[in-house]
Amino acid sequence: MDSDLLIVGSGVAGLTAAIRARELGCKVLVVSKEYPTQAQTTMAQGGINAALDGDIEGHVADTLKAGGGLADPVMVERICSKGPELIAWLDRIGMPFSRIQDRIAQRSLGGASSPRACYAQDYTGLKLLQTLYDRARSVGVHFLPNHYLLNLIVEEGRVLGGTLLDLERGAVRQQLAKATILATGGFARIYGNASTNRYGVVGEGLGAALRAGARVSDLEFVQFHPTALAGSAILISEAARGAGGWLVNGEGERFVDELATRDQVARAIYQQLEEGQRVYLDIRHLGEDFIDTHLPQERRLALLHAGIDPVHELLPIRPAPHYTMGGIDVARDWTTSLEGLFAIGECANPKFHGANRLGGNSLLEGLVTGWEVAYEAAQCQEASPAIEYKQTVKDRAFLQKLFDIPATIDRFQRRSFLERVLYHNAGLVREEQALKGVLATIRQHQQELSLMGLRDRSWHYNTDLLHFLEYGNMLEVAEAAVVAMEQRKESRGAHYRQDYPETRKEFQGHLLLWKEEGVLHTQFRQREW
Amino acid sequence: MQVKIQIARYHPAQGRFLQVYEVDPDKTLLENLIAIKEGVDPTLTFPLGCRSGVCGSCGVRVNGRERLACTTKVADGDLIEPLTSLEPIRDLVVRPAVESLDRAKAWMLKPQEAAVDEEAIRQIEVQTGCILCQSCYSSCPVFQEDPDFLGPFALSRAYRYLVDRREGEKREHIEAVVDHGIWSCTLCGNCTQVCPMGIDPKGDILLLQSWATRFGYSNPNLGGFGSFGLEF
Repeated sequence: MDSDLLIVGSGVAGLTAAIRARELGCKVLVVSKEYPTQAQTTMAQGGINAALDGDIEGHVADTLKAGGGLADPVMVERICSKGPELIAWLDRIGMPFSRIQDRIAQRSLGGASSPRACYAQDYTGLKLLQTLYDRARSVGVHFLPNHYLLNLIVEEGRVLGGTLLDLERGAVRQQLAKATILATGGFARIYGNASTNRYGVVGEGLGAALRAGARVSDLEFVQFHPTALAGSAILISEAARGAGGWLVNGEGERFVDELATRDQVARAIYQQLEEGQRVYLDIRHLGEDFIDTHLPQERRLALLHAGIDPVHELLPIRPAPHYTMGGIDVARDWTTSLEGLFAIGECANPKFHGANRLGGNSLLEGLVTGWEVAYEAAQCQEASPAIEYKQTVKDRAFLQKLFDIPATIDRFQRRSFLERVLYHNAGLVREEQALKGVLATIRQHQQELSLMGLRDRSWHYNTDLLHFLEYGNMLEVAEAAVVAMEQRKESRGAHYRQDYPETRKEFQGHLLLWKEEGVLHTQFRQREW
Repeated sequence: MQVKIQIARYHPAQGRFLQVYEVDPDKTLLENLIAIKEGVDPTLTFPLGCRSGVCGSCGVRVNGRERLACTTKVADGDLIEPLTSLEPIRDLVVRPAVESLDRAKAWMLKPQEAAVDEEAIRQIEVQTGCILCQSCYSSCPVFQEDPDFLGPFALSRAYRYLVDRREGEKREHIEAVVDHGIWSCTLCGNCTQVCPMGIDPKGDILLLQSWATRFGYSNPNLGGFGSFGLEF
């Protein structure tokens, strides 16, 4: 299957880019490791921000304020201004936005000066993704599920496509394209079960970009969502607080403005937990009718995973790793540092969120970056000769070798250990010694990886193999993120350093990371504005 | 306390076989499957995703009934099987029949300007919650007779676009669901019983039949009896 455009990832960003590029006349292939509608986007609940009232300035100002000086005013303005037009587009293709009379309903989320989040009950991401999927099928986008991105194929600084593991056949497939778009999502699942994210969200696109030599930036900014269920880390939407829900401690006292930005609310909850308090979300006063109409999913999830009915009871919560603001560095002209490679959605960093993301801005970023980058990618007209490239040969050999390495160390145990180490030492509150300890652990695991081989020896749909590859990638991404956390010796947005609690002017910029010959390099770049 | 469950396994090289595992009844089926894979049997293969019932990846059958593994608890003696009527891949992993969406043209054909109010959204609110988990497809007996049947989720989705006020092309939707579609359904209601999102495909198919009649189609299964030989 040859194609003009290779898109890896099928969330809101990937599918939007696919639809737009297809409508511009490209042959588009969307690759995903599971089935397209199973992407992390389905878990977005609260809404998608757009200033439907025309107050773009307000949306821009809120986004910049939350971003702690690292959101680029040019990109913020560009993405926010496109919001209303693309909401209208979604509405045209059938997105079932909730209504107030015949207007699209909007709700308040944290850090927003007015209700700006368009929603579909509390199933916004699910319904958005299904709508985009229907549209993508109708315009003739091709899909290739059950394929995992191994590496980008780079020749003379230009990306020619990628190598994919065909899970069903256990074989490496070379997929060439005139342009490659990564839409592989974030990496908040490196914290394992503590994270709100689905299984497997460990940033394989980010890892592949790093290995290919691309610049990545701002990886230290990992957002903790204030309200996940205390036991299972299942997300309870900010819509619950937007509608008037309270946060209370064991003494029944409210201790924070529930609609402050997520970094502030998450840290306030953390303080309470550190002091030995339990923290609860209280939505009882909203009433059963309101909850069943506007927050049906929250009630269902609380009942299933905590055995608690929030209509009648307090819901124990804690902050949980949720979203990664940084990613593959994207310039103002939408390019990455590698020719022929684009990045959109959560795996990209066009400096829209800065150091902290507003609720409702991630779906918007995915939508707008997908839409805009489609135009850029559609202009790439240079096809590569259909020969077998070095990377493909290398990855085939690697896969063969993988079946030969011993499994003397229990990989699952190691991974779960590392996930806990990351959560406790590279999580909401950080400090120098602990971060150095985490790095030492990661590097030890990297060395031991060659003893953590496969215990399932089948070539056919081998998820043990998939988990091995994901774990290797997770180590690479975690290493880069923790290096960034260690080097930013200040506190800003979601990055809080106990040993450097103040925001420092000399850190008003972005930490860039890249690999040369397998070795990680960093460089600090002051912001451009 | 641990209980025992049986899992129906499949590998192209080994064929089908049943295997017994000990599991924790306080955990969900998905959590137990993960615990088995990580601690007991790394070859056990199953789909997994959001663990909160919105991604549609983990549909399986528990004692013959379709469930999402992530929203189901296990009990002693449970039999866990893959979904039926779908191509098996390995163990509990099957290939979703999403190409039926293309045949049913389950998308917006011709968007038109229209006022969409609360009532209009309410009309499609349940159907638009479909997560393509394939539970309804697996529960449907029609595939035994007609492997090309469009199936419940594709028909519900076609209905959802047909009645959407923003849809300017109705006839084409009807044309797409007539062959191997609305008239093949036996109206047994299995699909409605098993849908984890509360969708009622059977009801939607009945409404599609009524729309089809309005567009001049009649149920071929009723043959000459359709009008009881009377002239209207």
